[in-house]
Amino acid sequence: MKVLVAVKRVVDYKVQIRVKADQSGVETENVKMSVNPPDENAIEEAVKLKEQGLAQETLAVTIGDDKAQDVLRTSLAMGIDRSILVKSPNSLEPLAVAKTLSKIIEKENPDLVLLGKQAIDDDSNQTGQILSALLNWPQACFISDLKIEGNKLFISREIDEGIEKLETNLPAVLTCDLRLNTPRFASLPNIMKAKKKPLDIIDISTLGIDTNPKIKVLKVEEPPKRKAGIMVNDVKELVEKLKYEAKVI
Amino acid sequence: MSDIQREEMSYDVVIVGAGPAGLSAAIKLKQINSDISICLLEKAAEVGAHILSGNVFETKALDELIPNWKDLNAPVKTKVTSEDFLYLNKEKSFKVPNFILPKSLQNHGNYIISLSNLCKWLGEFAENLGVEIFPGFAASKLLYNEKGEVSGVQTGDMGLDINGNPKDNFEPGINIKGKVTVLSEGCRGHLGKEVIKKFNLDANNKSPQQYGIGFKEIWEIDPEKHNLGKILHSVGWPLENDTYGGSFCYHAENNQIYLGYVIGLDYKNPYLSPYDEFQQFKTHPEIKKLLTKGKRISYGARALIEGGLQSLPQMHMPGALLIGCDAGTLNMPKIKGSHTAMKSGIIAGEVINKHLSQNEHLSIYEDEFKNSWIYDELHQARNVKPSFQWGLIPAMVFTGIDQKIFGGKLPFTLQHKHADHDSLVSAKDSKKIDYPKYDGEFTFDKPSSVYLSGTNHAENQPCHLLLKDKDLTTNYTLEEYDEPAQRYCPAGVYEIETDSETQKKFLKINSQNCIHCKTCDIKEPSQNIDWITPEGGGGPIYSGT
Amino acid sequence: MSVLIIAEHDNNILKSSTLNTISAALKLSEDIHLLILGSKIENLCKNTQSIHKVSKILKCDNEKLENFIPEIMAPIVSNIAKNYTHVLTPASTFGKNLLPRVSALLDVTQISDVIEILSENTFVRPIYAGNAISQVETNQNINLLTIRPTAFDKCEESGGSASIEDIEFLNTDTPTLFIGREVSKSDRPDLGNARVVISGGRGMENSDNFKLLYELADKLNAAVGASRAAVDSGYIGNEYQVGQTGKMVAPELYIAIGISGAIQHLAGMKDSKVIVAINKDTEAPIFNVADYGLSSDLFQAIPEIIKELDLLNKIES
Ligand SMILES: Cc1cc2nc3c(=O)[nH]c(=O)nc-3n(C[C@H](O)[C@H](O)[C@H](O)COP(=O)(O)OP(=O)(O)OC[C@H]3O[C@@H](n4cnc5c(N)ncnc54)[C@H](O)[C@@H]3O)c2cc1C
Ligand SMILES: Cc1cc2nc3c(=O)[nH]c(=O)nc-3n(C[C@H](O)[C@H](O)[C@H](O)COP(=O)(O)OP(=O)(O)OC[C@H]3O[C@@H](n4cnc5c(N)ncnc54)[C@H](O)[C@@H]3O)c2cc1C
Ligand code: SF4
Repeated sequence: MKVLVAVKRVVDYKVQIRVKADQSGVETENVKMSVNPPDENAIEEAVKLKEQGLAQETLAVTIGDDKAQDVLRTSLAMGIDRSILVKSPNSLEPLAVAKTLSKIIEKENPDLVLLGKQAIDDDSNQTGQILSALLNWPQACFISDLKIEGNKLFISREIDEGIEKLETNLPAVLTCDLRLNTPRFASLPNIMKAKKKPLDIIDISTLGIDTNPKIKVLKVEEPPKRKAGIMVNDVKELVEKLKYEAKVI
Repeated sequence: MSDIQREEMSYDVVIVGAGPAGLSAAIKLKQINSDISICLLEKAAEVGAHILSGNVFETKALDELIPNWKDLNAPVKTKVTSEDFLYLNKEKSFKVPNFILPKSLQNHGNYIISLSNLCKWLGEFAENLGVEIFPGFAASKLLYNEKGEVSGVQTGDMGLDINGNPKDNFEPGINIKGKVTVLSEGCRGHLGKEVIKKFNLDANNKSPQQYGIGFKEIWEIDPEKHNLGKILHSVGWPLENDTYGGSFCYHAENNQIYLGYVIGLDYKNPYLSPYDEFQQFKTHPEIKKLLTKGKRISYGARALIEGGLQSLPQMHMPGALLIGCDAGTLNMPKIKGSHTAMKSGIIAGEVINKHLSQNEHLSIYEDEFKNSWIYDELHQARNVKPSFQWGLIPAMVFTGIDQKIFGGKLPFTLQHKHADHDSLVSAKDSKKIDYPKYDGEFTFDKPSSVYLSGTNHAENQPCHLLLKDKDLTTNYTLEEYDEPAQRYCPAGVYEIETDSETQKKFLKINSQNCIHCKTCDIKEPSQNIDWITPEGGGGPIYSGT
Repeated sequence: MSVLIIAEHDNNILKSSTLNTISAALKLSEDIHLLILGSKIENLCKNTQSIHKVSKILKCDNEKLENFIPEIMAPIVSNIAKNYTHVLTPASTFGKNLLPRVSALLDVTQISDVIEILSENTFVRPIYAGNAISQVETNQNINLLTIRPTAFDKCEESGGSASIEDIEFLNTDTPTLFIGREVSKSDRPDLGNARVVISGGRGMENSDNFKLLYELADKLNAAVGASRAAVDSGYIGNEYQVGQTGKMVAPELYIAIGISGAIQHLAGMKDSKVIVAINKDTEAPIFNVADYGLSSDLFQAIPEIIKELDLLNKIES
């Protein structure tokens, strides 16, 4: 089995993001960037499959500018075998990302594609689902458990009501929830080794897909600040307000 | 965890800390001989993310190290265009005329920079020369060989739980061996502290080491009030005359100002809260005016090493060098330590090369240091800080005479009297200080400030603030000093809680909040707190600081 | 112009998230069509006819739709969606699972998690976990939107009289088999999805006192949460922490008791619809974000609230 993992470079989750004064977006200059957190779960799962002897080859793909090589090096240091940077000057919408990935998948023929469930920058939560539709493969989103036997996948996925269990076949597209596993740390010797693992670069223009944005961002603002409400005098008043004014109890 | 099998890697040189000192040493070495293998460890998640500094920058050392830095687009862009020095009282400010300011306080030709950004840039420069930099890896222990010489460092274990047991993702630290180890952890490095003691490096010091705590906030201000390249320093309010300290305010790029405050950690009143002094300072009409309609975008704090020449330890030892603020090369009257840290790194690079290629002894470091411009600079500055034990006004008069008339060449050296942890007066003999409530516009509580620093430590890991006696607060420090850690820690790490059953008060440590400033390690009156490195990558994520 | 809504339901009852989504749709049109895909949904559709402003129910009833497998649903939806300019569904795990697949089939970019509709082609959505708000515009022929339910009120469930129209089931073969669903069934609702959350902080003083909170929580069918200080002091387990390094919650009602309101705590609950704070310190920052503040000792207040709620229940029954 060959596993392909899609990773995205995003502002580190610990950074308190700042909206630019001109409202054109969020400040990313000189800001710490990292692998999108659930993508780390996808990487971890792929590496585990390899360690268990279920996968023969693991491959990480990212789309971005030259700096996005960082996240591929991190993936390689965590144990992925090889990687591809699809070089794109602009950041893409999920639809275009999925189309790009589908082109790479055509070439690479993986049996299993793993993605994070959501990128923590634009929070779209779409790419995996779109990709599986484009490939006409089964999808399982927000997975928190995975077992593979031969061609069969046994999956638990996180849904609002609890957990859903599915069975499906390879090839498939899965998006990973944070609960799936605990991503390993890249050890120092493995970071060294990762520097020598393959990292191929493909220019997105060679893939022949339409990556033009279909959505225009008019402005990005800070969320409105919550304002103080009223002070009630006693418990009786509080309960009454909640019942008859706010109607929440 | 002594039974763990650890991997080992060997390099010619191992450097701890990617600040200006460590980076300069690495760059210099590679420039002299690109075959020398260098491993540089940095505990921050990326280079620069633990660097917090003013910063008005003298380019002297950078000019030596990378003469064409301008062509290479170094983030050193904003020339100082004008400067003011103010004396503040509660309502008013008095401008000290520039002509009576000593030269050390004049900044013509210097630049306003973000040292964090410069370190990031130097890091990329070093990597391009072949230096192997590993951000997110703390050097947690020193390794010694059978002769007792420093032989490298051990990186911290990753993935231990709060009791020190391995979790799922446990990754043991590794041993990194080096023919020479360079300690450049900045002010109060915990390995630096160990070697100073072990090798008695401060045996010949004339004075105990001195420290300060420095705060910095970045504000985006109303463009109308912004004056690119302007710098402003002040002394006086809200500090009492017997406390050493003052403010800085630098107008940087993008309508930002770098606003900060430095307070000597030799303060006496245990009720003093450096954090609150700084917050209060911002409510002075002169500063408030500037901040109105502005927005705070960043916060951080870091200790500074202020002892100067009198307190500078020997900088070489068997197998290693101690450089930059880890040793104490900061020039206090200038509050500048970046250029001297860099120079100490450049000298280290030269000395290590001679050591590796010509078998010269590392002790030549001391002479090379003495023969360089850093020594002259520190010698000239040596009397300023100790004169402040007389109080602000006499010190300013003395400093005027010392620096202006004699150019720092007075034929005597004033000494620092006490180590900073010895300076507190008992709580019962001290005046309580009532600090104003935070207004959420100019002044903020500690959690909100720490929030802006992006600080975090992976949950469920061993606490990196070790207490030698865990009951000392309950049994002694509370009563004697009203536990000053509540106030000197700029991140709210230390809180006093009451056990609801026994009604006993005890010290609670929120180690997750720690911004790695090292103040507790310095100021705890009984030296009861040992700061050690937490899991690599933890701590603040500063940018632009 | 009518708007199509893909209903979220469990084959028996409509989920309330659908009602919130209808409210959102009313910003675009007064004429709502509701697409219900499921199995044995005859009753469900009938019960739905009366919903305010819904003029037509498009019903696709087939046993293969029982478990909402997106591979099967998406082609049916995309086929119908072609007749509309706007297709909306809740941004729940149901909607998130389905709509992007539809967008792929229609070759349009979906707009996720909409919290405000400014015009027929301008929408507002949070990014960076709500730390920034983005206003976007699109000129696509079909607008696919997932709607954040908590951002819109529920629409009225009466007043309408929708017609029901059967639509054709198009079969798609998929190897995916539904095995089962484990609905989390604890005594108390899950912190992440609860309608009401009651959190205690350091003011609770010890784990014993948290029992008071559970008692109150039971009255309101609420989940219990906590501040980091309460968790760190061992009053309650780590999994109950709300905030920056804990859970993010956005219930209809959040009651913070003995919590000062540090920014890291607020980060996890500031999107709650109604916030109540009970704290004895009138200056506590939590009051700056609370809709209703009560300055009182919590050990006095909680038992009183429990009593008032009991009284209220008695009056009602
Ligand atoms: C508020 C403030 C204002 C200042 N203003 C100015 C100014 O205007 N001009 C000026 O020239 N100087 C200024 N300074 C001083 C200047 O910042 C320091 O002198 C300079 O940063 C020292 O450089 P360094 O390389 O020795 O140490 P640092 O800059 O402290 O760098 C040390 C590095 O080592 C890392 N490290 C530490 N321990 C370990 C470990 N065990 N393992 C791995 N990594 C480790 C740290 O994370 C850090 O990145 C100011 C300082 C402060 C605090
Ligand atoms: C990196 C980082 C991450 C963090 N993540 C989180 C997080 O996820 N969640 C979180 O909650 N915090 C988090 N914090 C901690 C946060 O900063 C605060 O320290 C914490 O929220 C304080 O909890 P508290 O409000 O319960 O305690 P306190 O701030 O001590 O407040 C207790 C309150 O109880 C009131 N009180 C006391 N007794 C009574 C009484 N009898 N009746 C009524 N009121 C009473 C007091 O007036 C006070 O306002 C984080 C901090 C950092 C630095
Ligand atoms: S715990 Fe110590 S090192 Fe950490 S922020 Fe507080 S004073 Fe500084």
